[in-house]
Amino acid sequence: MYEFNYHKVDKVDAAVEALQGAEDGKLLAGGQTMLPTMKHRLASPSDIVDLGDVAELKGIQVSGNTVTIGAMTTHAEVAASSEVQKAIPALAKLAGNIGDPAVRNRGTLGGSIANNDPAADYPAAVIALGATVKTNQREIAGDDFFTGMFETALDDNEVIVSVSFPVPDKAAYMKFENPASRYAIVGVFVAQISDGVRVAVTGATPCAHRALPIEEALAGELNAAAIEAVEIPVDKMNSDIHASAEYRAHLVKVMARRAVEACG
Amino acid sequence: MANNKINVSLSVNGKAVSGEVESRTLLVQFLREQLGLTGTHIGCDTSQCGACVVHMDGKSVKACTLLAVQADGSEVTTIEGLAQGAELHPMQQAFMDNHGLQCGFCTPGMIMTALDIVNRNGNELDEATVRKELEGNICRCTGYHNIVKSVQAGAKAMGGNS
Amino acid sequence: MTEFGIGASVKRKEDRRFLLGKGRYTDDINVAGQTHAVFVRSPHAHAAIKSIDSSQAESAPGVVAVLTGEDLAADGIGPLICGVTVTGDDGEPHKAPLHPALAQGKVNYVGDHVAVVIAETVGQARDAAELVDVDYDVLPAVTSTAEAAESGQQQIHEVAPNNVCFNWPFGDKEAVQAAFESAHKVSSLDLVNNRMVTNPMEPRAALGEFNSGTDEITLHLTTQNPHVHRLVLSAFNQLAPEHKLRVVGPDVGGGFGAKIFVYAEELVVGWACRKINRPVKWTADRTEAFLADAHGRDHVSLAEMAMDENGKFLALRVHTKANLGAYLSTFGTMVPSYLYAFLLAGQYATPLIYSEVKAVFTNTAPVDASRGAGRPEATYLLERLVDICAADMGLDPAEIRRRNFIPIDAFPYQTPVVQCYDSGDYNAALDKAIELADYAGFAARAEEAKSRGKRRGIGISSYVEACGIAPSAAVGQLGGGVGLWESAQVRFNPTGNVQVFTGTHSHGQGHETTFAQLVCDQLGVPIENIEVIHGDTAKTQFGMGTYGSRSLAVGGVAIAKACEKLIAKGKKIAAHALEAAEGDIEFADGSFSVAGTDKAMSIGEVAFNAYVPHSYPEGVEPGFDENAFFDPTNFSFPAGTHICEVEVDPDTGVTEIVKYSAVDDFGRLINPMIVEGQVHGGIAHGVGQAMLEGCHYDSDGQLITASFMDYAMPRADNLPSFDVDYAPTDPPDNPLGVKGCGEAGAIGAPPAVINAIVNALGVRHIDMPATPENVWRAARSAA
Repeated sequence: MYEFNYHKVDKVDAAVEALQGAEDGKLLAGGQTMLPTMKHRLASPSDIVDLGDVAELKGIQVSGNTVTIGAMTTHAEVAASSEVQKAIPALAKLAGNIGDPAVRNRGTLGGSIANNDPAADYPAAVIALGATVKTNQREIAGDDFFTGMFETALDDNEVIVSVSFPVPDKAAYMKFENPASRYAIVGVFVAQISDGVRVAVTGATPCAHRALPIEEALAGELNAAAIEAVEIPVDKMNSDIHASAEYRAHLVKVMARRAVEACG
Repeated sequence: MANNKINVSLSVNGKAVSGEVESRTLLVQFLREQLGLTGTHIGCDTSQCGACVVHMDGKSVKACTLLAVQADGSEVTTIEGLAQGAELHPMQQAFMDNHGLQCGFCTPGMIMTALDIVNRNGNELDEATVRKELEGNICRCTGYHNIVKSVQAGAKAMGGNS
Repeated sequence: MTEFGIGASVKRKEDRRFLLGKGRYTDDINVAGQTHAVFVRSPHAHAAIKSIDSSQAESAPGVVAVLTGEDLAADGIGPLICGVTVTGDDGEPHKAPLHPALAQGKVNYVGDHVAVVIAETVGQARDAAELVDVDYDVLPAVTSTAEAAESGQQQIHEVAPNNVCFNWPFGDKEAVQAAFESAHKVSSLDLVNNRMVTNPMEPRAALGEFNSGTDEITLHLTTQNPHVHRLVLSAFNQLAPEHKLRVVGPDVGGGFGAKIFVYAEELVVGWACRKINRPVKWTADRTEAFLADAHGRDHVSLAEMAMDENGKFLALRVHTKANLGAYLSTFGTMVPSYLYAFLLAGQYATPLIYSEVKAVFTNTAPVDASRGAGRPEATYLLERLVDICAADMGLDPAEIRRRNFIPIDAFPYQTPVVQCYDSGDYNAALDKAIELADYAGFAARAEEAKSRGKRRGIGISSYVEACGIAPSAAVGQLGGGVGLWESAQVRFNPTGNVQVFTGTHSHGQGHETTFAQLVCDQLGVPIENIEVIHGDTAKTQFGMGTYGSRSLAVGGVAIAKACEKLIAKGKKIAAHALEAAEGDIEFADGSFSVAGTDKAMSIGEVAFNAYVPHSYPEGVEPGFDENAFFDPTNFSFPAGTHICEVEVDPDTGVTEIVKYSAVDDFGRLINPMIVEGQVHGGIAHGVGQAMLEGCHYDSDGQLITASFMDYAMPRADNLPSFDVDYAPTDPPDNPLGVKGCGEAGAIGAPPAVINAIVNALGVRHIDMPATPENVWRAARSAA
């Protein structure tokens, strides 16, 4: 790891200030991806702004039909939250299957979506549930947040404060794990909400996305059989030593079918 | 670039400790190199193997994926902090009784993870739960068979039903 | 059987320190004035080095020295050697390219050692290593095992035309050909034995200290064989004379073969600590382990079996291409030759066997022994082929094995491939395994799985392996540069406690317990009064270390022999003290007694007499401390049958091992708890190879699987609990009646798993690792 200037802040404003004063500042949330990346010297930020003490970024709130989770809430906290388990059990389950127990004790919702790893789990939930990402500057619709591989709609010095997830009627997430890293080779999140069924796919392509062909095939019904006829474009899929594009395309359908069945 | 040292103060195994670290010093380096607590090991660089698991404020964390400065003000427990004098912690004893270790390198991380499993799942653990919960700890020696037995037995013993 | 003697599952003596976090591994050791080494490694698989400019690195903060291959050559250090000669079909010894510890003008794989930067801290050394400016002229890379020797491939080493290290035929080619021509049926199979990274959990490390007052270098290393390291570093690498070089293998976090070899980093650290006159420490990170530890396996083979109308094996023919990597590792040549071809008979009475092994160089990390070393490759090939034979003959896999097993009354059995098997009852192990696995109930379970949309399969693997390579004379005849005996010293202290010095090295195997049990049993000394000491050339007599499941079968016997000498001497001392004739003294349960009387003295009292010889037999030396060396007359041949049952989800290819049964013959068990642990670990290693682990280089020679993010290690949730049992026989060649157990699982498991998956899918073959995608594809092709 290269050396860097370290800033510990307890307010979002202070974090922004520290970022503004840095040549190439980066926010440190749970650090479960960023620190290994820095250890391998694949990232060399001049400054690290540690959000670990920023209380306003932590916590889970359920009000009405919305679950709002602070950006610095850990995966373990989401997984163990009885409120999340009750309101959106699929989200609690998703959080409880990220990484491993020690990683879940550090890794955060905000860190995960800001990094936007193509194989991360949370992006699928944010998109499928039609969540809203609240930052220190604005609110960003989940559909607009993930813009490309490791890219998001966040501006420089913009800090994610929380994510608000509308409570669906039914939802399920199915993940096909990479046997080595345990990231998603393919993950499919299916949610039935008042105006239909939304489906989001992660792992399969360079960036998590809504699976409109699957949504169209389902036509608002949680009918697993309808997925069989969907054509998943193989040429859009990621391909690596763990899974070819063809296999990923196949898995998208299998995971989607199983997620629909799990909603039942 | 920064070259200034940062002071950290924390509690390790119940004792107040402090030291000067670089910003880039990892918690595991601080424990091993500055405190001489070499029971916490480094087996990979990608947060996969779990040889470095310690508890921070009562929760399992990978000490190789945490800056020492992030642990400032926290309470850390390492493998060295478990035994009461000459008496092994029930989980340590369970690993001995069930041959849950061979080369011993992954063992400290396994035991710290095992305690975290018990904290969250209680004293009666089924095999599938233990196997799933050990996802972040790699052992090359044992094939996990006896580690799983050890965790189950240790959990029971911690509940007073050895 | 006593509570702590032979046959008792004694809790391990070594565990306490590991459980308390008080193990002492190489990286745990720090010494005053210590510096840190970081290696500059080649980012290219194949390149000429035009220049190295280390001036910027030298002036970076904290840097003590930057050393290159030029400095190494100037000091006359190295090169690294390969210790076993294989003579090819050209009548020449294998081709041995120069293997410098730091590159001299050329790099041959990604991770190859270009320079070393030594600084006050690891961070500073790493920072400075990036400032070493190396100008490369990149050359095309050779990475394919199958194609490395094809015409048109880039030439890697001038001394090895067509990238061939050796082409080694073995057996009667014409007789085998004749058998194939007149056979009722010939079955054949193309198969790959996938390359693996051994990955002991403790990465390699070295700490070198130089004492300018005594001219002595002390090297703490992650080694399985400290004396072998010292011998090679001294005699062949010119590091220091043996008596001025101390090698310590402290607690070592697993080896599985990867820590046998003498590596560049170890030599460089030893040399550098003297050159800069300060201690130097190097610890690999996991990425370096992937890049620069010796890898294992990597064969591409064609296997063919000729059979008669009853499915009796008439002749076996094998053609194998074996990848040795960019350079020869310490025992690289031996693995795909003697440790492979000599095991191709397996458990079968096949009368004729011909094999031809073409060993090739590629621009990949060196390949050498990894848990099983050659024997897993032989077993996988044979046990897959036997299942193909069964399918072709319409026979049950168990039945075709029974028809071809070496019968129990044929032992000792001379195979057509050098080895003479000591003992075995292959039907007994198969019968027991079939019962343990409930083979008969499989059809019903498969039906039930089918009703859930799953496919079940069951697979058998009947393996034989060879442990404790011996005798030394045979090793020499084969081109080995060492003897493979083992040593022991059993020393009583005046107060009656015992120190046992062994030339083997324990890095997880539990020698401190097993060997103490041997001594406890033989000498009647309480186990808590026995300490086993190993791993330090300054403490123990010369020994050959631990690999090839040799420690108990060879090292254990040396200990037993030293104990016998103590008993013999003790009888003289006791006879004098008890005023009896030596011939009347009996020894049992730690006590020397005069036959037919109640006159007796304990072995502790005898030891005290020996050190305080106030009243002592004439002509007997004082002291109670004996040495013994043991050179076995033969290998030992563990064998067994493993049965794996899998359930495949054809939709995804995800395969679950639902039941795994192992029945092994390890002869007599000293500590059944430890033996069972060795079996578990071996099976997991074998399952890893069969289903998860695959080391991949791309066509440019970049290692794609360079971390645990991409190289799938077996984890707890990939495996079931295992059912383990034994069908022991009594090996006549081994005085303790023991065979080795450390590698058996890794040898037996891969074909058992693949045979089960093939059975589930109804396909002819699937290559390892049978990842979900590979299984899904196979399932689809079968549908």
